[in-house]
Amino acid sequence: MIPELGHFALILALMLALVQAILPLIGAHRGNATLMSVARPAAQGHFLFVAIAFGCLAYSFLNNDFSVKNVALNSFSQLPLLYRFTATWGSHEGSILLWTLILAFWTTAVTLWSRHLPEDMAARVIGVMGLVSVGFLTYMLFASNPFLRLFPVPADGNDLNPLLQDPGMVFHPPMLYMGYVGFSVAFAFAIAALLSGKMDVAWARWSRPWTIVAWLFLSIGITGGSWWAYNELGWGGWWFWDPTENASFMPWLAGTALLHSLAVTEKRGAFKNWTVLLAILAFSMSLVGTFLVRSGVLSSVHAFATDPTRGVFILGFLGVVIGGSLTLFAFRANTMPSGGNFTWFSRESLLLGNNVVLVAALGAVLLGTLYPLFMDALGMGKISVGPPYFNSVFVPLFSPLVFLMGVGPLARWKQASLPDMTKRLRIAFAIAVVSGLLLPLTAGSGFKPLVSFGVALAIWAALTVLMGFAQRLKHADGPMLPALLKMPRGFLGMQMAHLGLAWVVAGIALVSGLETERNVKMNIGDQTELAGYTFTFRGAQMVDGPNYRAARGNLEVGVDGKPVFILHPEKRVYNASGMPMTEAAINYGFTRDVYAAMGEELENGAWTVRVFHKPFINWLWIGGAFMMLGGVLAASDRRYRIALQKGEQPVVMPPVVPAAKGAQA
Amino acid sequence: MKSRNKKLLAIGLAVVGLAIVAALVLNAFRNNLVFFFTPSQVAKGEAPKDRAFRIGGLVEKGTMKRSADGMTVTFIVTDTALTMPVSYSVKEYGPLPDLFKEGKGMVAEGKLGADGTFQATQVLAKHDENYMPPEAASAIAQAQKAQTLVK
Repeated sequence: MIPELGHFALILALMLALVQAILPLIGAHRGNATLMSVARPAAQGHFLFVAIAFGCLAYSFLNNDFSVKNVALNSFSQLPLLYRFTATWGSHEGSILLWTLILAFWTTAVTLWSRHLPEDMAARVIGVMGLVSVGFLTYMLFASNPFLRLFPVPADGNDLNPLLQDPGMVFHPPMLYMGYVGFSVAFAFAIAALLSGKMDVAWARWSRPWTIVAWLFLSIGITGGSWWAYNELGWGGWWFWDPTENASFMPWLAGTALLHSLAVTEKRGAFKNWTVLLAILAFSMSLVGTFLVRSGVLSSVHAFATDPTRGVFILGFLGVVIGGSLTLFAFRANTMPSGGNFTWFSRESLLLGNNVVLVAALGAVLLGTLYPLFMDALGMGKISVGPPYFNSVFVPLFSPLVFLMGVGPLARWKQASLPDMTKRLRIAFAIAVVSGLLLPLTAGSGFKPLVSFGVALAIWAALTVLMGFAQRLKHADGPMLPALLKMPRGFLGMQMAHLGLAWVVAGIALVSGLETERNVKMNIGDQTELAGYTFTFRGAQMVDGPNYRAARGNLEVGVDGKPVFILHPEKRVYNASGMPMTEAAINYGFTRDVYAAMGEELENGAWTVRVFHKPFINWLWIGGAFMMLGGVLAASDRRYRIALQKGEQPVVMPPVVPAAKGAQA
Repeated sequence: MKSRNKKLLAIGLAVVGLAIVAALVLNAFRNNLVFFFTPSQVAKGEAPKDRAFRIGGLVEKGTMKRSADGMTVTFIVTDTALTMPVSYSVKEYGPLPDLFKEGKGMVAEGKLGADGTFQATQVLAKHDENYMPPEAASAIAQAQKAQTLVK
């Protein structure tokens, strides 16, 4: 009964999405206010019914209704309650439903916070988002229905993939999807602007806070995913250049480029075409990423091709969205007035550099991710592109990016003076270079030059952030702290995010260059030594978890002969699936992690044990947290909040571009 | 006119930058591509001698052995037509994946040793029990196709 209700709710949601897509777009085209006014209620109703459908699926999972095929394949009666709930989006069907729910959620958010928009703009934005939702709901109903029944009803389920049985799975997919789908708002604004033919910069100002929030969620999702992989996979790595990771990294690169380009478009009226293109690109990458991970194409191109409904539908949908938007762009792009002038050395040109590098990086990831798939699909042999490719591309690409990040925020708009900038930045540059050169002296032998280079870059970036604060404080009067707090949140957010990236760069350089590991056979009582820590193996005993049995190792870790802490790495076997899994044990620290994992059991209670010493790895996530804090600050900037309050006077922004003047009214 | 020149300059610089990036990317790409070969192809001498590549297939039952210290594992991989010996050092490259088992599919990356043993630096056998690494599945399919043609 409940699954049928969910199925029915999905059909109703599709009907409402059609109404939400078609009527307001016609209304906006003809200037018909009645048709345009359909947009908001239709979108809200659409959200309601998708939410009901999602609730029904979650209900079936929570109540172990194994007559539903999706539940039988992805859940298990002994599964803890929390994982029965997260299993709702553990499968292909369920994750597409979650995607659609989040899309409907973002659309509803737009209906609530768009009162300051002209009616036709709001109608078009909501209509375009409706079109996207129509695509997803059709796909679900015809090719990927989560509510299909199974007969005869199995006695129990197949269990959720043990890798997904982790607290991280509660937050990771929803955060990632909030980010992916969030770019649909920027996309809808760009398409609406193209449709309306009014290519002023107003749309850039409206879509900017939405883009920041989407970027924020995506950053949380990626950082969380990396942290999860490090803690859960037992390989000790934090990023593997796996296609599923690349699938989330590509929209992030496009979204980061979009954030920077939107800033130029909003403030200076330049890069208008480019920004529209980036908005299309960011959302296209979100779609490509979703389908790459969720269609099964990665595990087998051929399995994907043998289920023609899904494959054809997905490719068709991608073709319509990406091809359609680019065609529209081609027709409308040259109607856009060219915007503000700038010289070759200015904040604009530096931000252009940022965009070029980010898009090039995106291209490199796209090539490495899709090329093997194409080769395979065309029957031209199987190849793989591993981390060495991505690493050798990213170091030379991201180094100039981090360098430019130091210069850009300090440069003037329109025209900056090269001699003046050189003079201001030379001390920071000198400090960075000298610290990079001195670093190997503190570390002893085996020090890699790349570590020095990375740390020098990070110091450079951090110093320039401080200079940014100093520059603002010089013009402020009164004591420092209140002046600091009075600074616009947008500026503070940028500074935090840049500081966070510097921190991440330092972390990556240090952990990649200095980490050590040891794989060793340990009899009970055996000792091994790594980076000043002594590990004593005290054997392993069997323990029972809620839905698994585990061999739990006891590894005493000491420094200078004194025991400091005990690690308990586990080797689990899950009851339902019989799948083994390694659960690493980690002792966390600001300057290092000590990480242990169990390998295989040998004779007489001996095990192969893997231990890692990972210096500064937590800086990756601390830096990531700073970047997110930056996103929160930027999104909460006063001018966005005030612009959102209906009927209030718009904040006085420096009206740089005449066309933007009426925008906030 | 002046702004037009600047625009052209900016576009020119962007094009030059992109060309450098493209050269860099394609070069890295060419150097780091890892090709896949089946045990039958390796037996026929099609695999490169001095470059890393991947092999895939089933771990033949009863062939997995550990050295006395437990830190080197050897086994035989088969595509059901031909086989090849593989050696993997746990000491250097870490434990085998959880789902590595005799009779199951696996993929290994490494180089061909002088004695004809594949010296693996990485062994993959991920995802769930029913899932076969796509390369391994394709190796077996190819071998079986070749055999039916012979018959």
